[in-house]
Amino acid sequence: MSLTHLEQLEAESIHIFREVVAECERPVLLYSIGKDSTVLLHLARKAFYPARLPFPVLHIDTTWKFREMIAFRDRTAQELGLDLRVYTNRQALAEGINPFDHGSAYYTDVMKTHALKQALDQGGYTAAIGGARRDEEKSRAKERVFSLRAPGHRWDPKSQRPELWDLANTRLRDGYTLRVFPLSNWTEADIWQYIANERLPIVPLYFAKPRPVVRRGDALIMVDDERMRLLPGEQPEQRLVRFRTLGCYPLSGAIESTATTLAEIVEETLASRLSERQGRVIDHDGAASMERKKQEGYF
Amino acid sequence: MSAQPRTASLPQGAAVATHEQVLRPPVAAQEDRRDLLRFITCGSVDDGKSTLIGRLLWDAGALPEDTISALARDSLKHGTQGENLDFALLLDGLSAEREQGITIDVSYRFFSTPRRKFVVADTPGHEQYTCNMATGASTAQLAVLLIDARKGVLVQTKRHSRIVRMLGLRHVVIAVNKMDLIGWDANAFARIEAEYRRFAVELGFSRIDFIPLSALHGDNLLHPSEKTPWYHGPTLLSLLETAEIAQATDEALCLPVQWVNRPNLDFRGFCGRIAAGTVRPGDRVRVVPSGASSHVERIVTLDGDRQTAERGQSITLVLTDEIDISRGDVITAYDSPVECADQFQAQLFWMSDQPLLPGRSYEAKIHNRRVGAQITEIKYRIDVNSGAHLSAKSVSKNEIAVVNLSFDRPVPYAPYQQSRALGGFILVDRLSADTLSAGLLDFALRRSSNIHVQAVDIDRSARESQKLQKARCLWFTGLSGSGKSTIANLVEKRLYAAGKHTYLLDGDNVRHGLNRDLGFTDADRVENIRRVAEVARLMVDAGLIVLVSFISPFRSERASARSRFAPGDFIEIFVDTPLAICEARDPKGLYKKARSGALKNFTGLDSPYEPPSDPELRIDGAAASAIEAAEHIVERVLEKGHKD
Repeated sequence: MSLTHLEQLEAESIHIFREVVAECERPVLLYSIGKDSTVLLHLARKAFYPARLPFPVLHIDTTWKFREMIAFRDRTAQELGLDLRVYTNRQALAEGINPFDHGSAYYTDVMKTHALKQALDQGGYTAAIGGARRDEEKSRAKERVFSLRAPGHRWDPKSQRPELWDLANTRLRDGYTLRVFPLSNWTEADIWQYIANERLPIVPLYFAKPRPVVRRGDALIMVDDERMRLLPGEQPEQRLVRFRTLGCYPLSGAIESTATTLAEIVEETLASRLSERQGRVIDHDGAASMERKKQEGYF
Repeated sequence: MSAQPRTASLPQGAAVATHEQVLRPPVAAQEDRRDLLRFITCGSVDDGKSTLIGRLLWDAGALPEDTISALARDSLKHGTQGENLDFALLLDGLSAEREQGITIDVSYRFFSTPRRKFVVADTPGHEQYTCNMATGASTAQLAVLLIDARKGVLVQTKRHSRIVRMLGLRHVVIAVNKMDLIGWDANAFARIEAEYRRFAVELGFSRIDFIPLSALHGDNLLHPSEKTPWYHGPTLLSLLETAEIAQATDEALCLPVQWVNRPNLDFRGFCGRIAAGTVRPGDRVRVVPSGASSHVERIVTLDGDRQTAERGQSITLVLTDEIDISRGDVITAYDSPVECADQFQAQLFWMSDQPLLPGRSYEAKIHNRRVGAQITEIKYRIDVNSGAHLSAKSVSKNEIAVVNLSFDRPVPYAPYQQSRALGGFILVDRLSADTLSAGLLDFALRRSSNIHVQAVDIDRSARESQKLQKARCLWFTGLSGSGKSTIANLVEKRLYAAGKHTYLLDGDNVRHGLNRDLGFTDADRVENIRRVAEVARLMVDAGLIVLVSFISPFRSERASARSRFAPGDFIEIFVDTPLAICEARDPKGLYKKARSGALKNFTGLDSPYEPPSDPELRIDGAAASAIEAAEHIVERVLEKGHKD
C-alpha cells in the first residue's frame, strides 16, 4: 500500500522539522495563527513527540490582528504549553504607524517585515521556520525549502543554493541565516483536508457567520474594533462571511460564504475559481510585489 | 460560491480553445486516498515547457480566475504569444526572468485530477542553469522531456536525458511539441522517435513514451487530438495519471537515524524517514556501523503507538535494549545490514563556478552524516552529447564526471541506483558553505575495506618526551618575496640553538623532489599543498617542530592542511607584505619574468592570493624586520611548548 498524498506531505514536513533541529543552532517557529500555522504547529508536535517543541514560537504582532486571532493564539499557547514570544515594533507603534494613514505597503514593511527582522536579530535565530507554501504565489513557487538569507535577511532569488533530494545544506557563513518552509509542497486544499482529517481547532473566523463589514472596492473589510476608519457615509452591514486567509483586519478581505463546517470549507475551496490571496490587500501593491518584499526579508 | 463558466473571465482577444471542464474535485475529503506523482518538465530553451505546464494547469482547472485575468493582462503587455495567453509569464515568477524572458530557476506547481495529485517542477532549459534543473529532477519520479518538432533531438535534450537518468529516473515521456508547426507530420514524428531511441539505448530507461502534441493548442494533453489519427497512444494526462510509481516490495527495513529524541531519562526514541521496507513492533534490528542488535518495542506517534510503518514515513522507534545509536547511524533489518565503506567510485554533477580540484578537502553530507571528503582521482568526464569518456584534471560547472572519492571515515551506504536515500550525497565548500556538487555512489572500492590503521607502540608523545619538546607545524604563508623563507630560516636557527629538533620544508626545495611532477595550475597547487601537509603531519608525528614555508595561496588548502592536525598543533603565520614591496624586492627576478609574460599563473599577478582571515600570527612584512619577526615567533612557540 503506497502512502496517500497527505501521508507523504506529512512525512516530508516532519523530516524537514527534524533536520532543522538536528543541524541548526537556534531555530524558531514563526507562528501567524492562521490555518497554515495551525498545520505547521501540529506537524512540529508530531515531529518531536513526546518531547516538547525544541524551539520557541514567535508571533509578530502588528496590533491590528483580529481579536479572535489573538484569543486563539493565547489559548493555543496555553493548551500546548508553547514557549510563545510575541514581538511588536514598539518604535513604529509609538510613532503611530497604522494601515489607514500610511498605506498598506509602508505599514506592512514597518510592522511586519521590519518587526520580523528585529525579532530575529534580537533572538539571534539562525533558522526561522515558516508556513509559506509554493502554491500561494509565483515567486514563492521558486523558493527552496531551506532558503538562504544573506546578512540583513536578504533573499537573492537569482543565486539560490541547489537543493538535491532531501539533503539540506544548512551550513552558514557568518551573518547568514536560513528560512525553512516545511509546507512548501502543500496546497491550500491539502491544508484544509489535513485540518479536517486531523480535526485541528482553527480560528473561528474561517467559518461563515454574520459579521459587520464594509465594501471597499472588491474587498469586504470587517469592522473588528472601534479603530476602523469609516469613510463618510459608510455604514457597516451584517453579511454572512468568512475568511480564506487571515492577517491584519483592515487589510484582509472576507468572502461571502455559507460554509460553517470543515467539510463545507473543503468543498468550497476545491470548487473555488479564485485564488486564496485575492482577499489580501497587500499583495496587490505593484507588480512583483511579493518577490520584492521577500528580497527585503518578508516571509 | 457559484461555478461560473471559466471562459467568462477571459478578456477579449485572449484566444483559448473552449473545452468542457473534465476534472471535478474529488468526493469527500475523508475518503481521499489519492497518491502523489512528482514529475519535471525539461528540454531545451523554447521547447515550450512553460506553455505545456500552463496549459495543463489551465485545462486541469488549477488556475484561479484572478490569476488568469492577471495573466491575460500581462500577456498583452509583455507576452510573446500575440493574443494568446503567454503561460511562460505565469511560471517565470522572478522579475529577472520576466525581464530577460528566460527561466532561471525551477518553479513548483500543483494540480490534481480525480485519480491523482501532481507536483510538477518546471525546470530551466538554458545550459548555465542546468544545476537548477537537477534540483527539480532529484525529487521527481518521472520526466516529461520536450522536443521541438521542428528542431528534433538537440544537445540540451541529451544533456537533460543523461542527468535525469543519472539521478535515477527510469520513466521518461518524450513530448514532441509544436507538431502544429510542421503540419502534424507523422513521418517527422517517427524520425524523432527513432533518433531519440537510438541515443537512449545506452542510458537504459525502463520506459520511454512518445506523444505528438501542441502544448499551445492543447492537442493530446487531456484529449486525444483529431489532428493525429495516426497516433494511438494515450494523452499526456492519462499517461501521468497511470504512470507506475516505483514501489519496491519485499525490501528489508532501512532507517537512517535523523534525530535522537530524549525528552527525559525514561525515553529514547530514534527518529527518521524509512528509506526502505516496513517495520513492526517485535522486529529484530541491527545498527550500522556498530553492529549492535535489538528489537523494536514501540512505534511512537502523537496519536498513539502504531502497529506498522512503511517506506516514506517519518517515524520514531523505541528499542527494547539500551544501545548507543546516534544521528547518522542506520537501523536495518537484523539479517540485511547495509555496508560501510570510506572509498568509492562515484558520479558527480558539478554545480559550482568554482571547479572541482582533486585533493581539496570538501565536506560531504550523505543521509544524516557529515564527513570530510576528497576526490582522489578524476577517472573521466562524460561528454553530454556523445557519452564519450574524456580525460580531465578538473571538473567545471554543469559537467558530469566519474571519480574516486574518499571519505574521512567509514559511512553506511548503498549504491545510488539501489537507494537514493543511502547513495546520494552533496559536497559543500568548507569556506563559502556553498553546495558544490551532487554526488551518487556507484560502489565501494575494495581497498578501503582492506586497509586498517596500524597500531604502534612508540607514539608521538613518546617521541616528544624523548626530544623534550612539543611537536608542531609552523605554516608560513605569503606572497613570493614577502620574506617567508628568510624568517622561517631565522626561526629554525634559533630553535636549533635552543636545542629543539626541527625541519624546514621550503616550497622551492620540495618542488625539486617530492613534487617535481607538479606544475602551477590550480589543480597542481592543490596537490602540492596536500602532499606537503601530509609530510608535515608525519614529521609532527615523529616529534619534530616542522616549519613549512609555502606561498599556499588558497584558503581552502590551508584549511585542509590544518584539518590534518590536532587543534593547537598547526600555527598559521601570515607574512603580510604588500604586493608592491614584494615586487620591488623581487629576490628571484620572478615578478619581472611574470610581468613580461614569460611566467604564467604567478600568485599575486594572474593567480589569486587569498589572505588568511584568522591566522595564529600575522607578521607585518613591511614594518617588522626579519629578525624581530623571528624572535616574536620563537617566543610564541617556546612559550606554548612549555605550557602544554
